[in-house]
Amino acid sequence: MLTKKVKSRIFILILSFLSVAVIIFILRSLDENVVYFFSPTEIYNKPNISLNEKIRVGGLVKEGSTNKNENTINFIITDLKNEIFVSYSGLLPNLFSEGKGVIAEGKLKDKKYFVADTILAKHDENYMPPEVSEALDKFN
Amino acid sequence: MLKNFFPNKILSISNKFITSLATLMIFIVFIGLIYALFISPPDYIQGDSVRIMYVHVPSSFISLGCFAFIGVASIVNLIFKIKFMPLMAKSLAPVGCIFTLVSIVTGSLWGKPTWGTWWVWDARLTSMTILFCFYIAYIFTWKFIDHFEKANKISSVIAIIGMFNLPVIKYSVDWWSTLHQPSSITLTSVPTIHYTMLVPLSIMLFGMVIYSLIIFLMGYKTEVMKFKLHKKKNHK
Repeated sequence: MLTKKVKSRIFILILSFLSVAVIIFILRSLDENVVYFFSPTEIYNKPNISLNEKIRVGGLVKEGSTNKNENTINFIITDLKNEIFVSYSGLLPNLFSEGKGVIAEGKLKDKKYFVADTILAKHDENYMPPEVSEALDKFN
Repeated sequence: MLKNFFPNKILSISNKFITSLATLMIFIVFIGLIYALFISPPDYIQGDSVRIMYVHVPSSFISLGCFAFIGVASIVNLIFKIKFMPLMAKSLAPVGCIFTLVSIVTGSLWGKPTWGTWWVWDARLTSMTILFCFYIAYIFTWKFIDHFEKANKISSVIAIIGMFNLPVIKYSVDWWSTLHQPSSITLTSVPTIHYTMLVPLSIMLFGMVIYSLIIFLMGYKTEVMKFKLHKKKNHK
């Protein structure tokens, strides 16, 4: 029966299994997933990049680059050094806008052309009321 | 200061003291919530969903702080064998665990309207989930291992291993590219949060820290009583 000793042994067993699972999980995520997205420059500098693998590209939406057709939206992701042309069909998050951070998930056609199936808006560390933002814009 | 947490001292902390702390906490959180929900302005991009931050950020602070304390207490405990250290760490764990969960859930609620997704496996969110796993492992060790010394040793080792995760959480947004934004409040530079939002954030942090202190004191008192009863039983 489940005496106290047996219970504690079972528990230690489960715990060691769990910790091994957690460690494997950490190592796996350290291996490939820690970098959540690549910048256009990183993609440009990568020697052999797979076109079949799903990757994420992140940067700013270039001002004046969005172009909406019937279903597809085209825009350019820039890190101010290199640019990638992105094509996407689907719903955009509300915070998607030109000059703001964005992460696109999908596949590369080539180093300059990316077909996205998911778009995430990236928020930066600045928090301020709208009036302050307007005042800053005027100042600039 | 530390003397006040000695087992004999803690039992003399009256319920009156805890009740007055609770009154203070309710007062501060009430003011903080009014400030956060009504007086403070919406964000220039996020709009009103910025108000989630006033709960999210303090929860994250507290969850990291509690685990840091548990980790340090575990090291001290393994080296010096101070009896009340594990009791303090043990009673702080549920507080940290709950606030980790609050931080993850509120972050998820904020992520949907802001990022366009409830959840991603980026470095910050993943390391925070790992912290939650460590809290669970720590609490379960105390719960399921009856022998005090054994539970004490295993849980201390878990806490010390888990402590390595803390700097990873803190700096994950700087070391790797993540979907989660970098810290707005740092020791080295001016906060990038406008002061109209910083004020309610600070009030909420203060209120929630007092709340954690109350729960901790109540838990710690109970643990000390249990420990003393246990010792008495073994003597007979």
